[in-house]
Amino acid sequence: MKTFRYLENVSTLLLDQEGCIGCGMCTAVCPHQVFTMENKKSSIQDLDACIECGACASNCPVAVITVTPGVGCASYIIQTWIKGRDAVIECC
Amino acid sequence: MSLQTELKPMQELPMAQSSEPCCGPPLEPPSKQYEKAGYAVSPYTKSFIKKANRYIPQIKTNLCLGDRLGSIRVRLGVNRSAYKIPPGIYCTGTPDHDSPVLVSANYKLSFDTLRSELKEVACWILVLDTRGVNVWCAAGKKTFSTDELIRQVKECNIEQLVLHRDLIVPQLGAPGISAHQVKKECGFKITWGPIRARDIQHFLANDRKPWAAMREMTFTVMERLVLIPLEIVLTIRPVLIILALLLLVSGINNDIFSFDQALIRWPFIAGGLGLGLFGGTVLVPLFLPWIPGRSFYLKGLITGLSCVLPLTLLKLNSLQPFEHLAIIMTALGISSYAAMNFTGATPFTSPSGVEKEMRRGIPLQIICCLIALAAWVTTPFLGI
Ligand code: SF4
Ligand code: SF4
Repeated sequence: MKTFRYLENVSTLLLDQEGCIGCGMCTAVCPHQVFTMENKKSSIQDLDACIECGACASNCPVAVITVTPGVGCASYIIQTWIKGRDAVIECC
Repeated sequence: MSLQTELKPMQELPMAQSSEPCCGPPLEPPSKQYEKAGYAVSPYTKSFIKKANRYIPQIKTNLCLGDRLGSIRVRLGVNRSAYKIPPGIYCTGTPDHDSPVLVSANYKLSFDTLRSELKEVACWILVLDTRGVNVWCAAGKKTFSTDELIRQVKECNIEQLVLHRDLIVPQLGAPGISAHQVKKECGFKITWGPIRARDIQHFLANDRKPWAAMREMTFTVMERLVLIPLEIVLTIRPVLIILALLLLVSGINNDIFSFDQALIRWPFIAGGLGLGLFGGTVLVPLFLPWIPGRSFYLKGLITGLSCVLPLTLLKLNSLQPFEHLAIIMTALGISSYAAMNFTGATPFTSPSGVEKEMRRGIPLQIICCLIALAAWVTTPFLGI
């Protein structure tokens, strides 16, 4: 999303390019066009656009993408601070 | 092979015409096969089509007044959790075994948006049980999930309805669904559909290939505008509590408490609170891209300040400098907090980013509120 940019260098997204088989699934599911495909290999071209939704990681067939997925929502995070990460949390 | 059964409440029954009415009203037509004990036909159902020995609801593609009122109601945050439809298989038009299968969530607002975009499209709609939550949020919470999709595909016997093995899943459902696992476990291949329902017809017409704009998230003025009522409604309860507390602290003085003093001072601090809320819940969403700064708590400080400054510049003579300070700090703290909360409704904030700005924003907001409280409470003791 070009009109909206959020904080820089915070995303936990990692891609192990070695293992990529070039299926293109990550480029298809990412809602913020974080990846590009070059020579049958995916690469991260816009890390700061990543919202850590986890779509790429759960759809990479060879599991070479990792990201700590979560909900980018302040009241949700406050509740995880209070109740702990695994608690049942009311949100959006 | 499909048998169309129109839902007509009344039918002329020859017998009822010829014979004199006796006890009770005229006879209703006999019950249809799809009418089942304990079930009611939902208002969005146009008729039923019979396929593979069962009746599948064929839904309307135009929304009625009730649907629109319902949308307004949930946008206002009234009874949001009860706005859902039963999960399972539905259809629009008269689909056959080649028709596409669209997957959706059982939040009624999503369902209404989808069906209103399916005019003249014959397709199957597989609705997952997301507990009345939209696709994006449900995918994040893993109720719109691989397991749920596989379960519904099996439960609804999609294999009997279509010859192909394709499912069209909204791209925003991808965080919850792993396409290769679905394929492995139930044989259906997932095609990622457009983000917005309004692109679905173009998508289907374009050989099920989305073009770039369909796959990109947007956050237009209108998309932000519809979120504002809910942002406000969600603050009502905490705000009422804060207002009550403010009334209490406004009356504290040398004689412990004066109700008259509370009534005179309270409107000013309540005004600071109101302006802060306006800055955080209305101005921030509305002017989001144009307010400087990337962190929402900073954006909130800016809008809060711009709302409250005119009030303090009014030179209200009855107010002491400390009271001006208290009003400004209240507006800043509240506006910053409310703005930070809006991160949850935006489609471009990452949890790591939100957590980072919260570590800076929350201490700042607490300091603002403490300064405000201290300044407000001490004024009557200063004897000016
Ligand atoms: S986590 Fe989401 S936003 Fe980030 S790269 Fe993956 S799909 Fe894109
Ligand atoms: S989904 Fe995985 S394997 Fe496929 S292109 Fe992306 S990184 Fe490579």
